[in-house]
Amino acid sequence: MKAISKEADSPASVKSFDVARIREDFPILKQKIHGKPLAYLDNGATSQKPQSVIDTLVRYYSSENSNIHRGVHSLSERATADYEAARAKVRGFINARSEKEIIFVRGTTEAINLVAQSYGRSFLNSGDEIIVSAMEHHSNIVPWQMVCGQVGARLRVIPINHDGEIVMEEYQRLLNERTKFVAVTHVSNALGTVAPVKAITALAHERGVPVLLDGAQAVPHLRVDVRDLNCDFYAFSGHKMFGPTGIGVLYGRAELLEKMPPYQGGGDMISLVTFEKTHYNVLPYKFEAGTPNIAGVIGLGAAIDYIQALDWNQVAVHEHELLRYATEALAEIAPVRIIGTAKEKAGVLSFVLDHVHAHDVGTILDQEGVAVRAGHHCAMPVMQRFGVPATTRASFAFYNNVEEIDVLVKAIRRVLKVFG
Amino acid sequence: MADLDDLYQEVILDHNKSPRNFRAMAEANRRAEGYNPLCGDHVTVYLRLEDGLIKDISFQGSGCAISKASASLMTAELKGKSETHAHELFDNVRKMLTGETNGAQGAGKVGKLAILSGVSKFPARVKCASLAWHTVNAALAGDDRPATTE
Repeated sequence: MKAISKEADSPASVKSFDVARIREDFPILKQKIHGKPLAYLDNGATSQKPQSVIDTLVRYYSSENSNIHRGVHSLSERATADYEAARAKVRGFINARSEKEIIFVRGTTEAINLVAQSYGRSFLNSGDEIIVSAMEHHSNIVPWQMVCGQVGARLRVIPINHDGEIVMEEYQRLLNERTKFVAVTHVSNALGTVAPVKAITALAHERGVPVLLDGAQAVPHLRVDVRDLNCDFYAFSGHKMFGPTGIGVLYGRAELLEKMPPYQGGGDMISLVTFEKTHYNVLPYKFEAGTPNIAGVIGLGAAIDYIQALDWNQVAVHEHELLRYATEALAEIAPVRIIGTAKEKAGVLSFVLDHVHAHDVGTILDQEGVAVRAGHHCAMPVMQRFGVPATTRASFAFYNNVEEIDVLVKAIRRVLKVFG
Repeated sequence: MADLDDLYQEVILDHNKSPRNFRAMAEANRRAEGYNPLCGDHVTVYLRLEDGLIKDISFQGSGCAISKASASLMTAELKGKSETHAHELFDNVRKMLTGETNGAQGAGKVGKLAILSGVSKFPARVKCASLAWHTVNAALAGDDRPATTE
């Protein structure tokens, strides 16, 4: 978490976060699982949606559904206006310079694939090197391996230390005249580590190397400012930040996006088509071929409205407290080993139990109403780094409370009882 | 409601803690690897097959209690049995795990492996229990591509 200054902590600006009231906004949290109140601690996989996002989707399909950028009729004009208004909200949310720099995609995975295929295949050559970190999600490894195979480039990996932190000295050693791209995660989905992405970007830029940041796990927890980070690309998903599934964002610096070829061809991404030649549309439409996820985009706009109405000083204090409380409670259970002990963390508590596999933990926790992720978290190299086949991951959002962590702790004790 | 005690029975916990035939086999003439790509469970099954008879069988790997116990119970059950019996058992166990057969009807056909019948109430865990079986099937078929539960 970002450090909260004393000033921000003062009673004048920060009243304690009213989590009970916030929970009222999320209808799914009211249900019971196996007769027990749901404790949803799988936010790293996907977050729950506030009623305002659900209502927005219903309203769109009930009163506005139509195609955008083409109809002269009223519904299409309304849908187009709302779609583009959501783009403006995203621009403001991450402080991009222009709406041209906001490309709507299916999610983080598609955003990274877009950059790997469009930028990578055009501007990377045989012998070039792409740097990623050892704590990437598969979606920030495989697209780069694919482009390496296509152009003959080589993937280099920044190691992480035993706490799950990027080793900056090793990164500096890896940077050389062959380095042509850097792609790292902002927050690790498996470990919760907040990476020093500003420093990573600055070092790459000293050599004129563009940087992509995977922000999927960062946007639900940190206020992201792409101009402050100074990254060239930033990718994130709507569904992990209280918006709908199937919608995500690629932010790209306009001057890079301008010189990149389209990722997919089709409708909406053209300005003129003949069988001899096609003229591509301007940014951002050049990268949005076909009818987009209109409802998803408008729903994502509603999620941003929801997030921006919260007091983020309060949210940060609350989430920091949840993570601290959970970390200390789990550390008291002897057979628990926490994986990922970086100084700066956000939202994730990964752990293993001696002699009990994560899947068995997950099944027993579910019986207590506790939803967690058990497995390799699409980050098999991280599991190999720590010598474990899988971990159990509790991941938090601002609507979680300490009572849910108490239930988690009780459920872990039941696991230990079952396994003797 | 699915009952946890049906899943984690004493016998299963025991096989998880002290798996039988848990070793590599140098004299094996068939061998296959199995992965569950979803969770990363991994098992290697070794067979010494002579004249259609499973003279010896062992396994190694890492996985949850259900996958380990299922593999352990399987090796105990198949040792000394014919290849034909193994195929029949594979089919019956698969039906039991997926809930195609239930209760006494299914249990009668799988002997001691009926202890795994509770798995059918936990759909997310069926692949854990069936991994070793898919792998032994691949080993019997002489297929050296890794078996998966997909």
